Amino acid sequence: MGYVAIKGGGQAIEGTKQVFEYLRTRENESTLPLDTSTIENQLRLLHSRVISEGGVYDPRLASLAIKQAQGDTLEAAFALRAYRSTKPRLLETPVLDTADMRITRRISSAFKDIPGGQMLGATTDYHLRLMRMDMLDESPEHFRAMTKDWFKKINIDDIPDTFPKVLAGLRAEGLLPKINEADRSQQPFDITREPLIFPLPRSAALATMTRAEQGSLLAIAYSNMRGYGDVHPTVAELRVGFLPVLLPHPITGELTEIGEVEMTECEVIAMYEDENGDEKPTFTLGYGACFGHNEVKAISMAILDRALQRGMKHGPANPSEDPEFVLLHVDGIDSMGFCTHYKMPHYVTFQSDMDRLRTTQQKKDKKESVE
Amino acid sequence: MSTSYPFGFLDEYAKKEIRRSTLKAVAIPGYQVPYSSREMPMGRGFGTGGLQLTLALIGKNETLKVIDQGSDDSVNAVNLRHFIEMTCEGINTTTKTEDADIVQSRHRIPEKPLREDQLLVLQVPYPDPLIVVEPSEDKRKMLHGEADYSRLLVKLYEDIVTFDEITISHRYPTRINDHYVIDPSPIPRWDVPKINQSKALILFGAGREKKIYAVPPHTKAEPLAFDDVPFRTEEFFDDHGQRRACRRCCCTSSYLDEFVDSTTGQKVYQCSDTDWCEQQMIQSIEIQKAGVA
Repeated sequence: MGYVAIKGGGQAIEGTKQVFEYLRTRENESTLPLDTSTIENQLRLLHSRVISEGGVYDPRLASLAIKQAQGDTLEAAFALRAYRSTKPRLLETPVLDTADMRITRRISSAFKDIPGGQMLGATTDYHLRLMRMDMLDESPEHFRAMTKDWFKKINIDDIPDTFPKVLAGLRAEGLLPKINEADRSQQPFDITREPLIFPLPRSAALATMTRAEQGSLLAIAYSNMRGYGDVHPTVAELRVGFLPVLLPHPITGELTEIGEVEMTECEVIAMYEDENGDEKPTFTLGYGACFGHNEVKAISMAILDRALQRGMKHGPANPSEDPEFVLLHVDGIDSMGFCTHYKMPHYVTFQSDMDRLRTTQQKKDKKESVE
Repeated sequence: MSTSYPFGFLDEYAKKEIRRSTLKAVAIPGYQVPYSSREMPMGRGFGTGGLQLTLALIGKNETLKVIDQGSDDSVNAVNLRHFIEMTCEGINTTTKTEDADIVQSRHRIPEKPLREDQLLVLQVPYPDPLIVVEPSEDKRKMLHGEADYSRLLVKLYEDIVTFDEITISHRYPTRINDHYVIDPSPIPRWDVPKINQSKALILFGAGREKKIYAVPPHTKAEPLAFDDVPFRTEEFFDDHGQRRACRRCCCTSSYLDEFVDSTTGQKVYQCSDTDWCEQQMIQSIEIQKAGVA
């Protein structure tokens, strides 16, 4: 009988681990185990999603997480997060300037000609979503030929390392709000070390969204796009690339590059509002950025940042402008954990529920028999 | 790559934060202390709040008991216990309530009264009793500060008007030390009186909601009720008004689990607290032996 008091919980757990492993390895004898670099390259965007939601930039561990979670993004991001809990925070980087990014893709939907030019890079935006039957049967030779061919066609010297920011031009023209120096000198809020207590500074909102689950962010941002909100964004710039990470040299104190992280950054412009007092009106901004190549996430985040700024100022007029509603519901590790916990035994509480219902039913019976 | 983790899994800064938050929670009975709450390697909702408390508080040579639904062998309890054993070298585990220094539990408080030198850690899904009447945390914080629980009382009153009964089954709102009302975690109403003037310190950890709160030893804990509608615990009477007994140990004073015997199709009842059940059986065997002798 599957009853909780009967010994066997430990055995059951061991059994489920084994069958989970079996399903991963059962394919056939000639199958090679996935190696982590294959995951990082051939499942590049899955990898990006996990590294972003996991919130720790370790590409090899992100691949391992995907492998052990058998491709479940929530589980994989979860493993990375839990790993992070064992690590102390030793150092802080200064604020890094994304103008220094080594760009692999950048576009603007605000202007046709942007300084440095549009660079489409790798995107599925203009793919025809037709099934590519040729990919059903690929060989290592085919892979090698592809890369060789690609390097032959491209002139690496044609591509500049960095590009100016689109926003810099608009700011110089006075179309954007001035940079608030007081905001700049504020320490960013570290959501991994401090609890969220509302009202929150904008940096806490941004940090929460940068690790958020992509689908959750998209759903709430989409509600704003469709009409439960009024952001109407223009993508001033969307850039993907590698951002150099700087730390002070332990001896000289001089800022030194210690590596780079792949990032996606999106800046959206929204219409101006009558809230500058005596100053001239300007466009308003929304900002999104995350680890890896996740464009839908960066754009959703930028829209929500703009919506939340409005909600923080005027009070929320819809769910996407409500900081509590957005920020407490977008974390994938939290939401999936709570969702799966309903599978655990709730015998005791259900017993208690039945006690209430039976008592209420009895009272109703008694009342009716009296009537 | 190394798979060794620090004692207690969490880094030292995290443990320090949890201990400090715990001290604050003890100093302000029933107040929900926010803390940053690290991700644990098990699901949010599986007891990560209680787990973080246990990991931050347990030391070498101390003895731990972990239960879920009153049982030491339920899968989640086994899983948590394995993980704590794996990451806290030198601790002992037990299934006996009386041998434990720390009892971590989900949904139950052990039937055997705890002592002053013991610590009870409860896992909490919803730390705030006001959530049923106010979704915004910001507003709830103000209501707690002002000890304004009028909307909760109105909810209880509306229950009586609609159903002639207070319908809250578990997570029964309980006022601590005449001020803060807590969600005592999803324990049945049966267990709520055990909080009142408990000899052991009771700590509540909500990992996903990032809160720690406490009921210190010898502290008043009063379930919300009305003068003319008193608080009532679950009843286990059969059709003849007889108190049902556990089918294993014959105890008539414990919280019972109800289930259907798969061979006879009959409804049967058994102690939810497995250690309690075990101890009752040992006792009755001893009494029998003594009687025979």
